[in-house]
Amino acid sequence: MTLRGHVHKYGANVDTDAIIPARYLNMTDPAELAKHCMEDIDEGFAERVRPGDVIVATTNFGCGSSREHAPLCIKAAGVSCVIAKSFARIFYRNAINIGLPILECDDAVDGTDAGDGLEVELESGVIRNLTKGSTFRAKPYPDFMLELMRAGGLVEYTRRRLAERKP
Amino acid sequence: MGMTLAEKILAAHCGRESVRPGELISARVDFVMANDVTAPLAIQEFRKLGVDRLFDPRRVAFIPSHFIPNKDIQSAQNAKFMREFALEQGAVYYEQGRAGVDHVLLPDDGWVLPGDVVVGADSHTCTYGALGCFATGMGSTDIACAMATGDIWMRVPATIKVVYNGRPARWVGGKDIILHTIGDIGVDGALYCALEFHGEALRHIGMEGRFTISNMAIEAGGKAGLMAPDETTLAYVRERAKRDWRVYEPDPGAEYREAREYDVSNLEPMVALPSSPANAVPLSKAPRVNIDQVFIGSCTNGRLADLRLAAEVIRDRKVHENVRCIVVPASHEVYLQALREGLLETFAEAGCAVSTTTCGPCLGGYMGILAEGERCVSTSNRNFPGRMGHVRSEVYLANPAVAAASAVAGRLAGPEEVVK
Repeated sequence: MTLRGHVHKYGANVDTDAIIPARYLNMTDPAELAKHCMEDIDEGFAERVRPGDVIVATTNFGCGSSREHAPLCIKAAGVSCVIAKSFARIFYRNAINIGLPILECDDAVDGTDAGDGLEVELESGVIRNLTKGSTFRAKPYPDFMLELMRAGGLVEYTRRRLAERKP
Repeated sequence: MGMTLAEKILAAHCGRESVRPGELISARVDFVMANDVTAPLAIQEFRKLGVDRLFDPRRVAFIPSHFIPNKDIQSAQNAKFMREFALEQGAVYYEQGRAGVDHVLLPDDGWVLPGDVVVGADSHTCTYGALGCFATGMGSTDIACAMATGDIWMRVPATIKVVYNGRPARWVGGKDIILHTIGDIGVDGALYCALEFHGEALRHIGMEGRFTISNMAIEAGGKAGLMAPDETTLAYVRERAKRDWRVYEPDPGAEYREAREYDVSNLEPMVALPSSPANAVPLSKAPRVNIDQVFIGSCTNGRLADLRLAAEVIRDRKVHENVRCIVVPASHEVYLQALREGLLETFAEAGCAVSTTTCGPCLGGYMGILAEGERCVSTSNRNFPGRMGHVRSEVYLANPAVAAASAVAGRLAGPEEVVK
């Protein structure tokens, strides 16, 4: 799968309160949540973001709360992929489980500025900066993660496992 | 080869002799929890799995905690959706008003126990690690699947060993020890790792202070924060346990990714300045900023020992006229006991707003929301930008004695500045 979009760039420790503030956590509809995505650190993000756009950040993206509302609202906002040097553990799991592609790649983060055009090949982990003409290679997904993604996320994977258990 | 505490517990839960860091396992879970923020999503996902029963209703808890008593119609709808599912399934459920902060209720009522693997749809699930169990936070979809299957996939984490030597001084407790640690290793210092806490200092801290230390493992990026059970742990567990438990200890030859040692005997009360728990400084080096609000409560410091400490500082004094001080006992039991001991009267007489249990203020969800430019001293665990309200408000994290002293002084202050 090839993803294409422009970069929205952030620094270290973008926390879940920044991605979706707690005052909206009484909602569960991803489309409603998307209207408030990143609003406390990047006012106007929800209006600016275009389908396919990529969030690029440095270390520990998604730290803080376990709220799955965070990757859900990023995905619903139209973001195709998040690239960072590292992710907080719970955010990493949540993103995989709900089918938001995320990649770890130090070089791509260092070699990318806000507004750059990016092309990402998910299976190979190849990231091309179309603006600068450079190419980077992300850490490939562990096999188990690929299996989850191929199954269509954790719910579908678990549904199949449960079906197999039944006599 | 020796195993760490986390490795021992995880091996026992996937039917293996041993596990090593980095391995993917499917672990049996002993307890699963979700709250009013995360349960609605989890129940929606559970319904998609094609099963109609929880794997074991007495091992799954739904706790309304964040927006209770319901702050608005949408929160009430969510809580109702969760309650109906919990009652339909016969799951562990606490009614609002007589509930509590999830991470105080579950250990206090003996639902989570030493040797368990516990997963919760809340990042501070790691609190229970103080009991000697492997407890970790996850999202709603993970929890939905665990609710159905009774197991969960997990990558075995490497372990960082943290040893606390010495005896903490007066006014210094679990909160100060863990803030000092996070200040040292940073908010991603334990990313993808388990923290294993040791040392004689822990012997001088009761269970409540230990829960505070394990609670904030996540603020260093940790997957879990474990302590091997000792007599203090077992005395706490014996009178509460709802089922059998098992004590695990790390092997003497266990392999750690790294080891850190701290002498806590010279440690001062610590304050985490805005806007990161890692901005921890000794109180003597913290600026004496004027404040608008104090919050004493949360899964970090809303327990009985915390309220006793705060009351000791605030007794026979008045909250400063420029400050609102909000005190929230962390469970209905804590509330009742604080009432019996006269602590709630002490707070009310001093001019504090004393509330029924809720997580609301900690995450700016409801009650005690900060306006633009306002400053709060909070006993909670996070001070990210906008955490308690307006994105240009500030949160200073501190222990309950510092919070109470600040309420009296009207500025960031230590207990020795008000208790003469």
